[in-house]
Amino acid sequence: MNVIESGLGELTQPLDIDEFRRWNREKSRVLVDKLMTEEEAVSRFVYDGCYLGTELYGTVRCPMTLVREVVRQGKKDLRLAGQGVTELDLLLAAGLVKTLDITYIGLEVFGTSRALRQAVESGQVEKVVEWSNGGITWRFKAASMGVPFIPVRSMLGTDTLRYSSAKVVECPFTGQKVCLIPALVLDVGLIHVHQADRYGNARIEGISGFAFEMSRASKRLIISAEEIVDTEEIRRYPDRTIIPYYLVDAVVHAPFGSHPGEMVYLYERDEEQLRGWVEASQTVEGTQAYLHKYVYGVADHEQYMDVVGRDRLASLKAAVEGR
Amino acid sequence: MGEPAYNSTELLICIAARQMPDSVTAFIGTGIPMLAASLAQKMHAPNLVPVFEFGGTGAQLKKLPRAVGESRTFYRGVAASGICDIMETAARGFVDYGFLGGAQIDPYGNLNSTIIGPQHHPPKVRLPGSGGANDVGSLCWRNIIIIRHDKRRFVPQVDFLTTPGYLTGPGAREDAGLPPDSGPYRVVSTLALLDFEQDTKRMRLLATNPGVTVKQVIENTGFELVVPDRVGQNEPPSAEELRILREEVDPERFYI
Repeated sequence: MNVIESGLGELTQPLDIDEFRRWNREKSRVLVDKLMTEEEAVSRFVYDGCYLGTELYGTVRCPMTLVREVVRQGKKDLRLAGQGVTELDLLLAAGLVKTLDITYIGLEVFGTSRALRQAVESGQVEKVVEWSNGGITWRFKAASMGVPFIPVRSMLGTDTLRYSSAKVVECPFTGQKVCLIPALVLDVGLIHVHQADRYGNARIEGISGFAFEMSRASKRLIISAEEIVDTEEIRRYPDRTIIPYYLVDAVVHAPFGSHPGEMVYLYERDEEQLRGWVEASQTVEGTQAYLHKYVYGVADHEQYMDVVGRDRLASLKAAVEGR
Repeated sequence: MGEPAYNSTELLICIAARQMPDSVTAFIGTGIPMLAASLAQKMHAPNLVPVFEFGGTGAQLKKLPRAVGESRTFYRGVAASGICDIMETAARGFVDYGFLGGAQIDPYGNLNSTIIGPQHHPPKVRLPGSGGANDVGSLCWRNIIIIRHDKRRFVPQVDFLTTPGYLTGPGAREDAGLPPDSGPYRVVSTLALLDFEQDTKRMRLLATNPGVTVKQVIENTGFELVVPDRVGQNEPPSAEELRILREEVDPERFYI
């Protein structure tokens, strides 16, 4: 195939789809109880320098409990697939990110991310490789398909492609130019869901974002769930399972695990705390004070909920809108 | 009765809403496009199908979404799927309109939302990045750009081409491998409504906003605009548009 253009961005994760197949061959299919604390899950599976991915987006269903634990444990030199808002902002603000495959990091209606600006403009984040949201998700899809790349029609003709690690080739069937998106296999994926059983069978309500693709593109997968359900419930409605247990390494019970973001049908986002973060993150002192109050200064998720306030959390639940 | 008073955001929303016909699919991003889509649904386009990138399809925008993944993006919708489904729906030609914004726009409708300055890394100013914008700009049939109008934003060349407009001119999108017959369709700015000239693919003035002169538009544009002999005038927001916008679309005044 004739390569017409190659993006300048390096592959920040080596591309070896056969190695991924061998990894998956070795991964246990045994039904074992994987329920553990966030402290245990992160210390066992997340490590310095690993390539980390998170799902979903904005303030919605982000794995905040798990990310706060990563920050608490100070896992550093992280390589990140950057399609997120609140959770990636914390990792950047804590200075834990070394390279970034970025699509969008910003605070949506609240504007640009001060943490991103500081970390990238100072050169603290050493490498930045650009992608579109479709592009990075198709990278997960390629990995989940077990192929080294998939052809797409996004990113063509732009600097987004020029500073990515995609390639433009001539289609061997039609002669058209297409963009080849390389597979991205995550060392560790973090996904917050509505329900999971102790083995890791997981369900999501509402939109599923890119949980399907990312869960299948992760070597290690940590699930946090609002509710732990009985396996009988899973087996009765198998059509509702989006992530089967064998993909999962750890299950963490984390009610309000997306706070200060929201969880569809369960609780609204915490507007006040989100605004608090936007303000705090404008300065180094503010950032440190916020991280101390909500991350470093609390032992675990239970204590986090105490600091936020149980009444306040209950009010977010009460504010949830109907279907 | 005098003209109803309105602010520039309300004007942008009303003019953007008027560009959306009924019974089309439209890719909606955070902010003004959400308000415009909601206003259009309540005015002339009750069967507008909003599509949100993380999976919401066909929502009834009774309440204004504050984020592209939140529950209001599929409230009483017809489907709640995921990002691959939505992007692939656009890729196979099923999304009629897209909405885009950016920090910079050039004469061909190319957009920058990645960095400001000459160097990619480390940059002078880091912006959020493409997000779904590049996919929308690549894959939807007709893109409507909503942007504040000044010389810092309307520049001869963008610092970083995040999202494709007509690239370098006629035929360039097709040469790059982008789907034929797609591209920027309108620019809704705080000063005017613009489109792109058929032969040159350069930005052209269609109509000025109320109280704005052609000269003002030219003076606030950092490149040479195509200015036809006859330039129209946009109607100001009607009392009905403003009422719906303020009382029904954004009563919490989240955006306006």
